[in-house]
Amino acid sequence: MDLANFLIQLLNSVQYGLLLFMLAAGLTLIFGIMDVVNLAHGSFYMLGAYLAYSLSGAFDSLLLAILVGTILSVLFGLALERLLFRHFYDRDHLDQVLLTFGLIYIFEELRSILWGDDVHGAKIPDLLSASIPLTETMSYPVYRLFMSGVCIVLAIGLYLLISKTRLGMKIRAGAFNREMTESLGINIKLIHGAVFALGVGLAAIAGMIAAPISSVYPNMGSQVLITCFVVVVIGGIGSVRGALIAALLVGLVDTFGKVLLPQVAGMLVYILMAAVLLWKPEGMFKQ
Amino acid sequence: MATFHLRFVQILSVAALGMATTVVHAQEKIRIGFMLPYSGTFAALGVAIENGFKLYVAENGGKLANREVEYFKLDDESDPSKAIQNANRLVQRDKVDVLIGSVHSGVALALTKVAKDNDVTLIVPNAGVGAVTGALCAPNIFRSSYSAWQTAYSMGKVAAQKGKKTAMTITWKYSAGEEQVAAFRQGFEESGGKVLRDLNVPFPNVEFQATLTEAASAKPDAIFAFFAGGAAVKFVQDYAAAGLNRSITLYGSGFLTDGTLQAQGKSAQGILTTLHYGDGLNTPRNNAFRTSYAKTYKLQPDVYAVQGYDAAQMFAAGVKAVGGDVKQKDALRKAIRAARIDSPRGSFVLSKAGNPVQDFYLREAVGNENKVIGIAVKALADPAKGCRML
Repeated sequence: MDLANFLIQLLNSVQYGLLLFMLAAGLTLIFGIMDVVNLAHGSFYMLGAYLAYSLSGAFDSLLLAILVGTILSVLFGLALERLLFRHFYDRDHLDQVLLTFGLIYIFEELRSILWGDDVHGAKIPDLLSASIPLTETMSYPVYRLFMSGVCIVLAIGLYLLISKTRLGMKIRAGAFNREMTESLGINIKLIHGAVFALGVGLAAIAGMIAAPISSVYPNMGSQVLITCFVVVVIGGIGSVRGALIAALLVGLVDTFGKVLLPQVAGMLVYILMAAVLLWKPEGMFKQ
Repeated sequence: MATFHLRFVQILSVAALGMATTVVHAQEKIRIGFMLPYSGTFAALGVAIENGFKLYVAENGGKLANREVEYFKLDDESDPSKAIQNANRLVQRDKVDVLIGSVHSGVALALTKVAKDNDVTLIVPNAGVGAVTGALCAPNIFRSSYSAWQTAYSMGKVAAQKGKKTAMTITWKYSAGEEQVAAFRQGFEESGGKVLRDLNVPFPNVEFQATLTEAASAKPDAIFAFFAGGAAVKFVQDYAAAGLNRSITLYGSGFLTDGTLQAQGKSAQGILTTLHYGDGLNTPRNNAFRTSYAKTYKLQPDVYAVQGYDAAQMFAAGVKAVGGDVKQKDALRKAIRAARIDSPRGSFVLSKAGNPVQDFYLREAVGNENKVIGIAVKALADPAKGCRML
């Protein structure tokens, strides 16, 4: 593998890893803070992709579509939390699995009614459609750099929100000891709603920025969700930092696996997960 | 009393229904079962196949060998896990004389099993999986389309003829992709080329960036890709976006550009593919078929419509040979296997294993058409690997 190839594959790995992080962060937050297993998290990713497809068509601008799509999906997350998830916080994990598994089917059916079963594309904005040439046959698309940029900005934002703000302090306190936090007069219900909407928003943004490069198609959410669970398990459930490191690791293993060991590429991330669990049964950064 | 009354009505209506069935039976219509996708990604293909089949019957006065036909339709949802149950419904409840299905290879494999178990004639109008007319071949199993091997083998021949010395292949890691890649390799290497490496993308992943980077780095003379539908659109666009269309020639079997050209737009222009049908095939037979189809359905026919139409021609040849007595199964099947089908794609016969022995056309993507620019391989027969009837 020559240097240019290695460099591009490294960029590919980081870009894929960061995208996985956007999804895994929400998944791990919702589990770590509210103790809710959410199998339908991938559906929010799919929702984002379809919103990007429809809105970018309507506005003729992907960036505007992402802005409006984020607002819509956060509102959707708030409504879903209030109407449904709120009533399941105290229930058994098995109940939550059943609920959210059912939700996957409902979301897929709604998707089929609203958008049909065809595969769609979303157009890359002209501004970002160039490629940076590296050798005579190889170049790296600018849009992928843009994707990584968006993810990095959001990851830093998430870090600052959780570790440096009052809200973040309350979130951490609520996750640590719910009764104690409530008795201090902090409105834990409000915080749960906010965290849930944050998770939905992150997943939807991931879906929106991925739409032009991954196509927009049925079941895309369930497919990516499995990899996200691997990320969360490797990183340690509830740890955002763990999710970031695990996502980058999975991105590396998956991308280089595809080109170096294509015969077994589909298995490699699971092998990685098994190896990490043997070494640290609770994941790398269990809190 | 009321309950007794209701019960009486029930018995009466069941009896009436039974008698009605007997009456229908007395007329002895030929029962044709369509097990095709009518929902989901492949719905349009299922409809085109049915349209093609019915067009031929309509052109012959709505009859086959002077017998009325009756159609039974079932949406197979392209779901192999439901296929056996679905097919059994057509065979055992509807008592069809012939099964027409399906598009999805997994469904077609299940249909093959049901057709064998129940001794029903099966004509596969699309699915190209080799086993149908290979390892699973049987006297009652036919195909009116192609085997995956045929489509990719002919492209391998063409690539070598075009002077390409080295090639790489890219497909999903799944059985259909592996069949195609192996056939391309065979065609290409028989003519002196060398396949450097087979690159895979996990199914149904459509993130091709890492794999394309790898291909660009190795700089082969050509790349053979097997993708269809939405993935084909995405692949051809990514290929162009990475700038590869300027440095490495992209080849595919017809699926890469069939039905996807409009969505692929500029990225697909000039791509060469091979298939047993193409646009602008200017023969009297094809022109007549296209006019008839367009008049009947207010739609342009595609390769799927042709395959449906030919499925009807094949079955009709069998029915004719037994004078309409479809219960003479052996004679009917022998006649199908011996028939020469006057297809819009060009006339063809069936191999001993039941697969068309047909010309494969070389096509070039021009605008929204896959224009036929020549014949890649004449009268190409599938090797029918594993078939014990040979």
